[in-house]
Amino acid sequence: MSDRRTELEAAPWGGRTRRYDLIKEGVVAVVIIAILAAVLSTLFGSPDDKQITFKDWAVSAPADFYATSVQELAGTSGTAGYGAPYNTASDGVNLGPLHLAKIMGVTHPVDTVNDFVITPLTTVSNAAPVADALKLWQASDAKQQSTWATNYDTALTKANQDASKVPTGDYGPVPELAAGLLTMAQAGSLDGALLSQGNYFQSDNTKQTLFLGDGSYFNDQSTASNLQGDTWGMMNETGRYPGQAWLWLYSFWYQIPPFNNEDNHPFGANADAWIMVIMGGLSLGLIIMPLIPGVRSLPYKIKIHRLIWKNYYQEENL
Amino acid sequence: MSTGIEKEMWTTKLRKAWQKNLPVEKLLPDTQPAYVASWIYMFGVATLASLGVIIASGLWLSFEGASWYHYSSVGHFVNSIHFWAVQFFFIFMVVHLWGKFWMAAWRGKRMMTWVTGALAFVGSIATAFTGYLIQTNFDSQWISYEAKDGFNSVGIGSKFNVTNFGQMILLHVAFLPVIIGVITLIHVLLVRSKGVVPPIDAFNKELGERK
Repeated sequence: MSDRRTELEAAPWGGRTRRYDLIKEGVVAVVIIAILAAVLSTLFGSPDDKQITFKDWAVSAPADFYATSVQELAGTSGTAGYGAPYNTASDGVNLGPLHLAKIMGVTHPVDTVNDFVITPLTTVSNAAPVADALKLWQASDAKQQSTWATNYDTALTKANQDASKVPTGDYGPVPELAAGLLTMAQAGSLDGALLSQGNYFQSDNTKQTLFLGDGSYFNDQSTASNLQGDTWGMMNETGRYPGQAWLWLYSFWYQIPPFNNEDNHPFGANADAWIMVIMGGLSLGLIIMPLIPGVRSLPYKIKIHRLIWKNYYQEENL
Repeated sequence: MSTGIEKEMWTTKLRKAWQKNLPVEKLLPDTQPAYVASWIYMFGVATLASLGVIIASGLWLSFEGASWYHYSSVGHFVNSIHFWAVQFFFIFMVVHLWGKFWMAAWRGKRMMTWVTGALAFVGSIATAFTGYLIQTNFDSQWISYEAKDGFNSVGIGSKFNVTNFGQMILLHVAFLPVIIGVITLIHVLLVRSKGVVPPIDAFNKELGERK
């Protein structure tokens, strides 16, 4: 691009002009958009599928809730093994040699045993078996607690989460603790206890969300609503409403190899990190696009601009 | 008549720079170049108009609280206005962006106009995302649960915790709108200051070129 052309394009326009009422255009546009939004709001409303509570989960899928509680005690749940920023149980995903979450450290500590099960149970008045189980658990050392919880978690998994089919074993107070938490959740007391963690003011739902996600019930609801990541879920909305369609490119990478296969190393297994990097790079590319050779030349090669300025080109015989 | 001291004042320098680059005739023009006569030019102002409706409905929602729309029919209507205005906003902005790309609208020293527009687009995605996180319904529960993995994977989750409702609502109604507002304001002022980019072939005759 010649300097002379750039100077001409940058200079104040000296050619023909036409009338233009900027304020009127803006006001009319706001009125039209407001009317269109009001019409669509009247006709279709907006999505609002009711939030899931722990009571919903415990009542609708008690076996799943019970088994998840045991996993939290045994340290085998998704959250318990997540790593940073919640705990140090694993290194998390990586970008080659970089484990960025691990580098940033445990900034939102989550202790699934105490935060999800023991502390909430201590906030309510429990029946005798649960109260005794709680005392026994709290009086035992960590190694004993882990042994009981692991034994019961293993046995419950073998019994396909059916507690009635678990053979007798060295489970300590774990079955009673899980049963107590189930009763608490079914009564509707667990949501508040998980959020408050013994405090008054609280606005961080991290612990609730992580616990909810450790079970199958929450996942099943999202699958039913077509919200899973492998089915373009992040740009979908509940019901028959448009979602975040502008996330289509972000969602796209999760649909194709190697990112759609968690067993593929290193990209599929670390898809979240690689896709964030790709999208960060593409976003930066969009911002500095006028500097990118080839891409910046496309408007000159594919002459869509002649359609945009069709009238002007005809009038000026260009 | 200015003195030497006045010339050195920051206020004086700012006023003079403003008067030079953005006189009120440029800020509030009553004419436009003849080539500004295509339907594609509507999408810039339509995007701004949508943003206006988003801000107005968002302010109303913020006064009533995040759960208001669950139990109030008026609340649901205002939330719906907010929802559909966001859909309009992105549709119009994407068309506007594509239009400006095919115009090569960064020509004539308008690089920063493009940069601020692209920043507004990326920032708007982040702002809309936090809005989806504070719906206080099933959708926001699931989005926060899923999205945490993406942000955690690159360490951003340590500071930007999508499962922290308090943090997300503050970012959505305070920090991010201010950022988007400032970027949008700069973008619009740049458009007014630099003028609408002329057609690609507008100066072929002056330059003795045939395309």
